[in-house]
Amino acid sequence: MSDFLTPTFVISVLAAAVAAGTAILFACLGELITERAGVLNLGIEGIMLMGALAGAGGCIWSGSAWVGAGAALLAGAAMAAIHALLCVGLRANQVVSGLALTIFGTGLSAFLGRDIVGMPPPSSFRRIDIPFLAEIPILGRILFQQSALVYVSIALVVFLWWYIFRTRAGLRLRAIGERPEAADAMGVDVARLRALYVVMGGALAGLGGAALSLGTNPGWTEGMTAGRGWIAVALVIFAAWNPARAAAGAYLFGGVEAGQFRLQTAGVDLSPFFLSMLPYLFTILVLVLSTREATRRALGAPAALGRAYMREDRG
Amino acid sequence: MSQHLITSSPSSSPITSSPQHPSTHRPAIAMRDISKRFGTVIANDRITFDASWGEVHALVGENGAGKSTLMSILAGLYRPDSGAVEIDGQPVHFRSPRDAIGHGIGMVYQHFMLVEPFSVAENVVLGERRSGVNLETARVARELTALSEKYALGVDPQAKIWQLSVGEQQRVEILRLLYLGARILVFDEPTAVLTPQETHGLLRNLRGMAGQGFSVVFISHKLDEVQEVADRISVLRRGQIVATTTPAATDRRTLARMMVGRELADFVARPADEPRAEVDRGGAMLELRGLSALGEKGLPALREIDLEIRSGETLGIAGVAGNGQRELAETVTGLRPVTAGTVRIDGKAMTNRPAAEITRAGVAHIPEDRLATGLIGGMDLSANAILRDYGQPPLCHGPFLLTRAVSAFTDRLLTANDVKAPGRWTKLRTLSGGNQQKLLLGRELAGEPRLIVAVHPTRGVDVGATEAIHDALRAQRARGAATLLISEDLDELLALADRIAVLFAGRIMGTIPTASADREQIGLMMAGIESREAEVVMDV
Repeated sequence: MSDFLTPTFVISVLAAAVAAGTAILFACLGELITERAGVLNLGIEGIMLMGALAGAGGCIWSGSAWVGAGAALLAGAAMAAIHALLCVGLRANQVVSGLALTIFGTGLSAFLGRDIVGMPPPSSFRRIDIPFLAEIPILGRILFQQSALVYVSIALVVFLWWYIFRTRAGLRLRAIGERPEAADAMGVDVARLRALYVVMGGALAGLGGAALSLGTNPGWTEGMTAGRGWIAVALVIFAAWNPARAAAGAYLFGGVEAGQFRLQTAGVDLSPFFLSMLPYLFTILVLVLSTREATRRALGAPAALGRAYMREDRG
Repeated sequence: MSQHLITSSPSSSPITSSPQHPSTHRPAIAMRDISKRFGTVIANDRITFDASWGEVHALVGENGAGKSTLMSILAGLYRPDSGAVEIDGQPVHFRSPRDAIGHGIGMVYQHFMLVEPFSVAENVVLGERRSGVNLETARVARELTALSEKYALGVDPQAKIWQLSVGEQQRVEILRLLYLGARILVFDEPTAVLTPQETHGLLRNLRGMAGQGFSVVFISHKLDEVQEVADRISVLRRGQIVATTTPAATDRRTLARMMVGRELADFVARPADEPRAEVDRGGAMLELRGLSALGEKGLPALREIDLEIRSGETLGIAGVAGNGQRELAETVTGLRPVTAGTVRIDGKAMTNRPAAEITRAGVAHIPEDRLATGLIGGMDLSANAILRDYGQPPLCHGPFLLTRAVSAFTDRLLTANDVKAPGRWTKLRTLSGGNQQKLLLGRELAGEPRLIVAVHPTRGVDVGATEAIHDALRAQRARGAATLLISEDLDELLALADRIAVLFAGRIMGTIPTASADREQIGLMMAGIESREAEVVMDV
């Protein structure tokens, strides 16, 4: 108990929170741009699993973690393309399609990955200290002594924030999620853009899977995302569809995840089952709160989220 | 300004003229033999329509006559099955709204195509065809301000759309089209949502733009506005142009006959002039005292409403949409909680009683959105017919519905209300708006209600059905029912109501007897301007 809550302990927890939260952050950013475009994708959990498998498999096959990450991006994009085809192309129900994608991804990844279960990848994303920045007291330890994927995710947060709120393309992205009819009347190709963002969002979720299988938990095991995809979906609401807030939320969950091990080793007398339950409890809480129409409005949910757009609807 | 006009036209198009210098020998729009069918319905049947530079060409017709389809083809939303479109003498084939915008065609839709959380400038940027990454809202805002001044539109480019009134949003749409280089402006029923004053301002703007050389197409079924603003009038009926004429060569009555294909009582006698049958007035059937309620967003929508309607009396509620009309109807019928004040129906306290109890007390409700709260589109006509009384004999016996009684009840309802349908097994959704509304009205009025709450009873309904619905409401009044009639159509209120109360921002601005009602005065009250007229009697 003596070293509990010392500065060193807190800093190490925060650094571990950033590392553990990165997988959720990628998935959350993917869902965020999908939802900004007006499409709900509940298949993130299945896409992450396929990404995790593709990441581990690609790395084992090629020997390079970067090839693994590329494979994860492609696998995620391919999975999300199914969702785009069903929901944007054929205007199927987004909830049903997303749930089906999760079930499909869970089963398919378990089937395809049975030969490499537990096989350690020859390479993974290891800690790289950034010169000078890593020397900054406290912050350097938390943010700049991490793996390359963490740096990519931080850059992505900054980029997406700028893209969504400061560029013409971002304006179109927000418009198709907010009022597709208006965007269409102004000559924006709603279906094409929606499909594009669904696929890109899936690619990011796939990369989130690789952040597990090539980062924090190297190697492939069945169902290794353990609900992180669902946490990412709930986090988008908590983040009010803002990338910067998504990062804060993802690190919070990362902190809960990292904290439970450290609290146990520090000898805190709490059931490990209770601690590992916390992220899901929080997820349920966020989902319950966010289903209230008033809360959604207050948070600024895209008005057309979950609604298929068909031009003829206007009559 | 002129720079935008040129840069926004695609280079492939040989358009060189600007509105200020129209090529007068060529029509702005020429649509020839346009046909378009949806399934088995022929929406446009070999229509030929043209409009010149500097002209306001009005397109009139009933709902479903094909006006919106024709203009959607012009705007690139639909592709015609056959026929040709020429813009400024050049044949065009639009595959998307983007192509149409590129050829200088701008549509102002009935439901504005604006993104509410965005600012005016951001909505304009959304339509700009310009490469580059940055939003440049500052530059756009500057240019919009100049353009807004030039055309006297009074639009603030920094304002968020949701902060603007409906009239202002419409001017944003116009400003955006001008900025994007539109030279042909199409307005789809633009006055439906405006106060009389705003309508007046819009019509003046339309004439002004025609004067600048723009080509303006004005879709409406308000014939006095058409007569006031148009250079030429084309009448559409069942997908065909039945006449093209000028205001000087025709009158409202002739136009109405051409639209419907027969004489109409409503247009023959001006409703307001018609002497109203005297009805014995009983005691107060509906009494509201200090009634307050919250709206959808949790903000006050009704503020201390005092109203009284006696039996045999119709009270009209006028106002621009969104000023508490829906909330008023919902609190009276028990669908929305009252936060303060009282509702008394026929002398009995009914504040916050369940809707079923209020219905049993003899209250009929014709809701604003019939398919959302009045009828079930996916169920058949008999299910819809018994929706109100299914729990009472003779329709049921204990928990069981009596099929034969239900069938007889439905058939009676369909016949009595002249609902045109293949049979009681048809899905409600397949009926026209007018027939749906007649069924709803018949169901609600069947039990001889003592109080009728009717919200926009003729919205989206053709002229023939409107007449039938008005007759039914008049008959109920003569029978002694009290009616709360909420409508955005001032003509409808003048035709049916004994008194008109104006709602603005959840308050009653004043109540005027219809006999001494003056459109201008009502219009001012609808805009929230307190009337100083002595004859305004606050709640008789």
